[in-house]
Amino acid sequence: MNLLKLIADIEQADPEFGDRYSFHSRRNLLKFSSKLIAAGIPAIVAGSLNKALAQSTTPSQAAIDIANYALTLEYLEDEFYRMGLAAQGLIPTEDQRVISQISKHETAHVNLLKAALGTLAVAKPTFKYPTGTFTSYPTFLATARALEDTGVQAYKGQAAALINDKAILKVALQIHSVEARHAAEIRRILGLKSWVSDTTQTTFTQGGVNLKTLPNVSGISDDNLRGAFDEPLTKAQVLAIAAPFLG
Amino acid sequence: MEKQQLKPGLSMLPGQLEPVWVGRRLFLRYAGALTAGGMLLTACGDEENPTTVTAPVDLGSGDTGILNYAYALEQLEAAFYTQVIASPFSGMTDAEKTLLTDIRDHEIVHREFFKAALGANAIGALTPNFTSVNFTDRASVLGAAKAFEDLGVSAYNGAGTLITNPDYITIAGKIVSVEARHAAAIRDLLNPKSADFAGDDVVDPTTGLDAANAPSVVLPIAQKYVKTQITANNLPK
Repeated sequence: MNLLKLIADIEQADPEFGDRYSFHSRRNLLKFSSKLIAAGIPAIVAGSLNKALAQSTTPSQAAIDIANYALTLEYLEDEFYRMGLAAQGLIPTEDQRVISQISKHETAHVNLLKAALGTLAVAKPTFKYPTGTFTSYPTFLATARALEDTGVQAYKGQAAALINDKAILKVALQIHSVEARHAAEIRRILGLKSWVSDTTQTTFTQGGVNLKTLPNVSGISDDNLRGAFDEPLTKAQVLAIAAPFLG
Repeated sequence: MEKQQLKPGLSMLPGQLEPVWVGRRLFLRYAGALTAGGMLLTACGDEENPTTVTAPVDLGSGDTGILNYAYALEQLEAAFYTQVIASPFSGMTDAEKTLLTDIRDHEIVHREFFKAALGANAIGALTPNFTSVNFTDRASVLGAAKAFEDLGVSAYNGAGTLITNPDYITIAGKIVSVEARHAAAIRDLLNPKSADFAGDDVVDPTTGLDAANAPSVVLPIAQKYVKTQITANNLPK
């Protein structure tokens, strides 16, 4: 099936198709599994013929904004790894499999979010990278760690705001834990612990519970008390971190 | 625990399985596990009344049910790693011991956090069943660790949409990524610098999505490692 031609044909016959396509995408935003992507295309086409579609529930504007925010971060990660893999002599042979696997996921995340957002998807910005990112492997890895750890924090920071957009929340969580796996592995390559202990974090209260006074934790280090919980970042904090990449 | 005594004739080897009589029952515990504060010992304390061990535990309903669900999984993980560190598998390197100790500590913090957060609504201590794990064997231990971590990640990912209090979603998010970091690290120990840290067996290669499983999928798997029967008929779906 030539999908693009099919969609073009329908658009000719039905000028509003593009609108409803994205509308339908919004309704199903981020619900896709690999099987559903394959199965979902005919549903979209069928949906365009269904005038009732316009009355369907759509995701909140907040959810769409969050999905575009996520897409922007995924664009950055995707381009970063593709450029890294394309840079001759940058990534040692023994690390190629790890970086390729991460790159594969970031590309998949971009495609998933773009497909889900349809015409609402933001365009890929032009990114810039710290000097030496693609000529010095330590610099490349340091940037990778920053992007992955920040990605984890960025998704985490939006999770609660998606409470009324269950389908999007679920997918956001499913991406979030993949970013955490990436972060853990990049950290291992760097010789770091796979978990985060931000030593500037001096309070040990989570959800109103003071971890320091819990039973059975007296022998546990501050690093491990901190490492047991990954902290979120707000959108403003993430965008400040990402600003150097956004030129 | 005051009734515990060694039956004459059973030998004790440091770092080995150590037969312990509790009441009328023989328990195998690991030398050094006593001070680790694992739930094994809590469970032993209930042995005066054996029915408390086998009585089903119901997770409850609503957000409380989901938090108890998480608490149950964290109990399982904490008990597992407590044993792993109490009786290191043969050939455990210093780096591995440090890594697994960190994970043990994280899981204990998670367990105690949920217990405290749930307060009077917390389920009791579960009795683990690790008979399928050979704690002296690296592959067996790391294989089980991988299974527990991946299961935990998929459980939190699947439970997020069942939570109604946004603060709990954030807390679950803070924990699940730590579990995902554990999973990746364990997977890297098993197959270093391969694609396995986020392998195609657990992250869908087409969508790049990690697994998300409902409690109805997770609990039967977890139950294999828990003697206490867990019921979850009232959990949100």
